[in-house]
Amino acid sequence: MNERIPGFATLAVHAGAQPDPTTGARATPIYQTTSYVFESVDHAASLFGLQTFGNIYTRIGNPTTAVLEERVAALEGGTAGLATASGHAAQVLIFHCLLQPGDEFVASKKLYGGSINQFNHAFKNFNWNVVWADPDDISSFEKAISPKTKAIFTESIANPGGVITDMAAVAQIARRAGVPYIVDNTLATPYLCKPIDHGADIVVHSLTKFLGGHGNSMGGMIVDGGTFNWSRERRYPMLCEPRPEYHGVVMHETFGNFGFAMACRMLALRDIGPAIAPFNAFLILTGIETLPLRMQKHCENTQAVAEWIAAHPKVAWVSYPGLPGDRYHNLAKKYCPLGAGAVFTFGLKAGYDAGVNLVTNVQLFSHLANIGDTRSLIIHPASTTHRQLTDAQKVQAGAGPDVVRLSIGIEDKDDLIADLDQALAAA
Amino acid sequence: MNHDAYSDGYIRGILNTVKTIAMVGASERDNRPSYFAFKYLLERGYRMIPVNPGHAGETMLGQKIYARLSDIPEPIDMVDIFRASKHALAIVQEALLLKPHPQVIWMQLGVRNDEAAALAEANGMKVVMNRCPKIEYGRLSSEIAWIGVNTRTLSAKRPPIGGLQRMSLNRSSAPGGATAAADRVQRQESDQ
Repeated sequence: MNERIPGFATLAVHAGAQPDPTTGARATPIYQTTSYVFESVDHAASLFGLQTFGNIYTRIGNPTTAVLEERVAALEGGTAGLATASGHAAQVLIFHCLLQPGDEFVASKKLYGGSINQFNHAFKNFNWNVVWADPDDISSFEKAISPKTKAIFTESIANPGGVITDMAAVAQIARRAGVPYIVDNTLATPYLCKPIDHGADIVVHSLTKFLGGHGNSMGGMIVDGGTFNWSRERRYPMLCEPRPEYHGVVMHETFGNFGFAMACRMLALRDIGPAIAPFNAFLILTGIETLPLRMQKHCENTQAVAEWIAAHPKVAWVSYPGLPGDRYHNLAKKYCPLGAGAVFTFGLKAGYDAGVNLVTNVQLFSHLANIGDTRSLIIHPASTTHRQLTDAQKVQAGAGPDVVRLSIGIEDKDDLIADLDQALAAA
Repeated sequence: MNHDAYSDGYIRGILNTVKTIAMVGASERDNRPSYFAFKYLLERGYRMIPVNPGHAGETMLGQKIYARLSDIPEPIDMVDIFRASKHALAIVQEALLLKPHPQVIWMQLGVRNDEAAALAEANGMKVVMNRCPKIEYGRLSSEIAWIGVNTRTLSAKRPPIGGLQRMSLNRSSAPGGATAAADRVQRQESDQ
């Protein structure tokens, strides 16, 4: 059967979104409702028993949100998606389904600072124990595995330093250990990199960043790769044992290769509760329609700005994998050949005060703590997001006093360079 | 027939043609996958006949349970095999003794027996392996998208409605987002 498989841009516009069945509305309607009427007591029983497909309550599922879920799953090549209120919420749901108290997971120490905080502190309260590994030394992942290890977690392109993880190598370690490999693909987006193709079993996103892309809505996403055999491993009771919270249903046996997404929805989202608002789902969905166009422009602008900054006399170093000579340049060519993303850091020779002056002097760049907006963004981590850390901790986190992080938008690149030029002249 | 990748048209054709389905291995327990599929297909209007020798003579969702296919007193269009792969050949042999014999042999998700499939096809039957008719119905009607599942279909046509929170199988769609990695794993595991 030679069935034509649609390309990425077609999926970005169409996946999950057929015309509305009742009105014919072509844009996905915002189903701003908490609940859905049942046809009968039997229908309600079938819905609650998971014996039929449908909507019960927007904490568990919503027709607008469902379009977003199918769309991101299709873009990532996964079997199913589950949207959440934020990327952080998505991570809580994933680990709730994988870990029992006392269990461990291995995570790259080069992660978004918010994830480092969540794993180090919030998760410790659940007795979910992170063991850190170094993506620059892949063997450290293998060494960190213990009989208690239940998962491995990395980012594809790590925030903020432009670290690119050798995902195929980490995936092999996960296979040998019999644990799922989770990849946060927020910075790359599936346009630049599809982790499931490189051996990831689960993909997680902050939709707040490039997928939504306009800096207007929080959201998170879990994508089930459909590649992990939960029943064979027998170490994941939420997937392979009868669940008392769902009248004895065994999730993997019942739902097969989208069993993990169903466990996240029915055992985690239902009981923990961080559902995305339908309006946010709609805005993010609209953003995704232009994801390929935006990512092309983000990457083109970022390459130009990074090259310009690298040649500036007040700049000590630039960490962007798109630059030849960057230590991650070859990994970038392998894992994200269309571009190395739009977030990078650089160091100012004059240190802390120069960083503060730069963020003060820019006119087009917005000084704020987000990434992945149409607008270009700037932050000096040492004086903001990382200011609670000691100087030694700041340096280890890639947030030393000299470091500035940029998230390049889709404006005209000459205007961005001109803004940085005048701001650096005054810094 | 390539049993690693069925076209949507092939699956839709089967689900649109068959009316009476005998489910071998149907369980009366309401948390078992076979119960889920049985109840869903019954609600979608199929005549569903449970086959389970341990519970012959009892009823399941109002349908009488038979011990074996040959006990069923009416013609059946499709046999849905909810048993381990090694039992599939004997079930196909049993189905071939029926007059008229069923047009379709369907083996559930996780069930694959190429010898049984070859025998059925040699006798003019259509075969589906390692799929669930409930999931396929949900996918091709798009109902399953309500729980975030990638239907692997796209459509710019308004889909017909089958009722309250029900979609119809008679929806026009083109192939959508592929699940290459999951398909690869499924093939590897069915080879083992």
